[in-house]
Amino acid sequence: MIPELGQFALVLALLMAAAQAVFGLWGAHRGDPRWLAVVRPAVAGQFVLMSTAVGVLIYAFVSFDFSVLYVASNSNSALPTFYRVAALWGAHEGSLLLWGWILALWTLAVAAFSRHLPASFASRVMGVLGVVSFGFLLFTLYTSNPFARLLPAPADGRDLNPVLQDPALAIHPPLLYMGYVGMAVAYAFACAAMLEGKLDQTWARWTRPWTTVAWCFLSVGIALGSWWAYYELGWGGYWFWDPVENASFMPWLVGTALIHSLAVTEKRGLFKSWTLLLAILAFSLSLLGTFLVRSGVLVSVHSFAADPSRGMFILGFLVCMIGGALILYAWRAPLLKSPAGFDVTAREAFLLYNNIALVLGALVVFIGTLAPLVNDALGMQSISVGPGWFKYSFPYVAVALVALVSVGIHAAWKRGRLGENRRRLWIGLGAGAFAGLLIVFGAYQWERALSTIGIVCGCWVIVSSLFDPIDRWRRKLTLPRAIIGMTIAHIGLGVCVIAICAVESYTVERDVPLAPGETVAMGRYAYRFDTLEPVEGPNYDGVRAQVTVLRDGQPITVLHPEKRNYWVQRSTMTEAGIHARWNMDLFVAMGEDLGAGRWSVRAQLRPLIDYVWLAAFLMALGGAIAASDPRYRIRQPIADHQAAATGAAEAT
Amino acid sequence: MNRFVLPVVVFVALAGVLYIGVRHSPDKSTMVSALLGKPAPDFELPVLGDATRKFSSRQLAGKPWVLNVWGTWCGECRVEHEALLAIAAQKQVPLIGLSWRDDDDAAQQWLTELGNPYSIVAVDREGRTAIDFGVYGAPETFFIDATGRVLYRHVGAMTMDVWQREFASRLPKGGLQ
Repeated sequence: MIPELGQFALVLALLMAAAQAVFGLWGAHRGDPRWLAVVRPAVAGQFVLMSTAVGVLIYAFVSFDFSVLYVASNSNSALPTFYRVAALWGAHEGSLLLWGWILALWTLAVAAFSRHLPASFASRVMGVLGVVSFGFLLFTLYTSNPFARLLPAPADGRDLNPVLQDPALAIHPPLLYMGYVGMAVAYAFACAAMLEGKLDQTWARWTRPWTTVAWCFLSVGIALGSWWAYYELGWGGYWFWDPVENASFMPWLVGTALIHSLAVTEKRGLFKSWTLLLAILAFSLSLLGTFLVRSGVLVSVHSFAADPSRGMFILGFLVCMIGGALILYAWRAPLLKSPAGFDVTAREAFLLYNNIALVLGALVVFIGTLAPLVNDALGMQSISVGPGWFKYSFPYVAVALVALVSVGIHAAWKRGRLGENRRRLWIGLGAGAFAGLLIVFGAYQWERALSTIGIVCGCWVIVSSLFDPIDRWRRKLTLPRAIIGMTIAHIGLGVCVIAICAVESYTVERDVPLAPGETVAMGRYAYRFDTLEPVEGPNYDGVRAQVTVLRDGQPITVLHPEKRNYWVQRSTMTEAGIHARWNMDLFVAMGEDLGAGRWSVRAQLRPLIDYVWLAAFLMALGGAIAASDPRYRIRQPIADHQAAATGAAEAT
Repeated sequence: MNRFVLPVVVFVALAGVLYIGVRHSPDKSTMVSALLGKPAPDFELPVLGDATRKFSSRQLAGKPWVLNVWGTWCGECRVEHEALLAIAAQKQVPLIGLSWRDDDDAAQQWLTELGNPYSIVAVDREGRTAIDFGVYGAPETFFIDATGRVLYRHVGAMTMDVWQREFASRLPKGGLQ
């Protein structure tokens, strides 16, 4: 009975979304305040109903209701409670439900914090979000009902996919969806502005904090996913250019471009049509990501559910949402005029160059991800682009981007007075080169030009971004949060580039067969395979090795890599043994049992790898600080002013 | 052409590619059973309860048979056991058990306690044969026809309903002698 309540709530939520869309868009078109008054209650109602549906499914998981197909397929009586809750988004149907709930949450936030906006504009924004929500809920109910029954109920479930039974991966999807769906808000603001026909700078100011917050979630979500891949998949890498990873990386790149482009539009009234296009693009890529993962068009380690009928539905949805917005764009954007020009060395220009580099990066990823599909569609040989394409193209774009940031940071708005900042530019470059070369030759050795240039550029960005805050501090000027946030995020970028270059060039890796007692040496370090013992967990068993790490012959730590067999799904998982030092990770993972006590062992020294994720968190922190800048705070709502005024008038 | 129309044009082309991609993407049912219509993998495995004997799938060549993958560690296998016993009682077709990655003693004890529906139980300790069959999780049941081809695969607990609809209907009229 209770699961049916969930389904009923979902149906009602669909109707609420329809009401929100119709009253929001049509009401704003008619300019009827009575219609507009319906929008916010519809948003609130939708949120309550979606929360009910999510709550019901969680309850079904926690109470072992295996008569619900989704619960039976994704949990087991031996599964710990934490993962029974996380199993909600362990597969397709629940993921969609979570997607819908997060959209309802974002819409609720928009409804709450948009009272200072013109009523018709706010309604249009919520109306567009209502259309998105309607499409997703329809998709959920039509092709992927999470409350479908399995009768007669089995005695036990088939368990959650073991790769998902991990704390980082359990919280990774909600954060990622917060980012994806947050881009829907920027999209809705752009569509509303185009529908309204009022594409002035205020539109950009309203959109900025929303976009930045969504971008922060996306950054943390991607970093967590990458961290998980590192220690759980046992390959020792942090990024595999897997279609699903790329699906989250493309909106991030375009979102980054959007944040910067919005800044120009807000401050200088430039790039209006470009900013609109980026806002549409960022959400389109989020949707495309969902499409690629969920339709089974691209096969990947992550895409658990694949079904062509679902693919067709999402494609239709994609065509409506993206196609509709792009047609709107083709109609409205030509009306936009840029008020003023700018020098080729002005800050606007550098932000434009950065935008181009970021979009180019996204394009590189896009081509690499979709090339197999295009080949297939054109009937050509199925080719795999593979990591090679990304490895030989993306780093150059990234290094160019970082160098542009280092220079552009010193440029002033409108008039490119780079001349006045030439001293800073050279000091920054000199200090960056010194620090970078110190890292390369002090800690490692010459490996290849690209990574050396990358490390120098990384240091350069860090030094460059510190000039302005230090200058303000010395002149006892206030430091707005926007500047603090920007500085932190740019330092994060520098750290990220340095870390990635170090990992890519200076990793030491050995795959060797080892028997207990044997040792593998890597420079000053050596790994000694001591013992192997059986382990048993709540829903798995396996073996655990003890590996002692020696530095200059002295033991410094003991690692315990595991190989686990999950009973119900009969799958084997690797738990790597990792010891993090300040400058590198000592990594060991168990490969295959070679018989007679010998195992293939993967031993690695990964320099600075933890800083890749630290950098992502720095960027997200910077974004969060910038978004909290008081100038974005909601001012006193106009309606309240009026109400207070009338109240005062009546009182007298 | 107006440069603002360009994004729509690019998107339409992309949507076309995605459309073809979806149309060509592997069908779920064929993905689930890549073996459908293909010859069943041959295997030769020890027989449960008699370490000296080996069972070879070739022994069944020329007649249809059913392979049921199970394990004592599998909850749903217990659920389907009643149905398997009833099916075995009809004696329509040889029911071969594949004891998948299991402890032999536990498997023996299970059959003693719950009754043995199988003509023969082959022991797949390493799980090799199950991999050859593309087994995703126990229980799974395969129907192999007289020419040695996999005609049907059922994932999950067997019920009398599934048996009548998908298995019994594929048997030659009048069953086997």
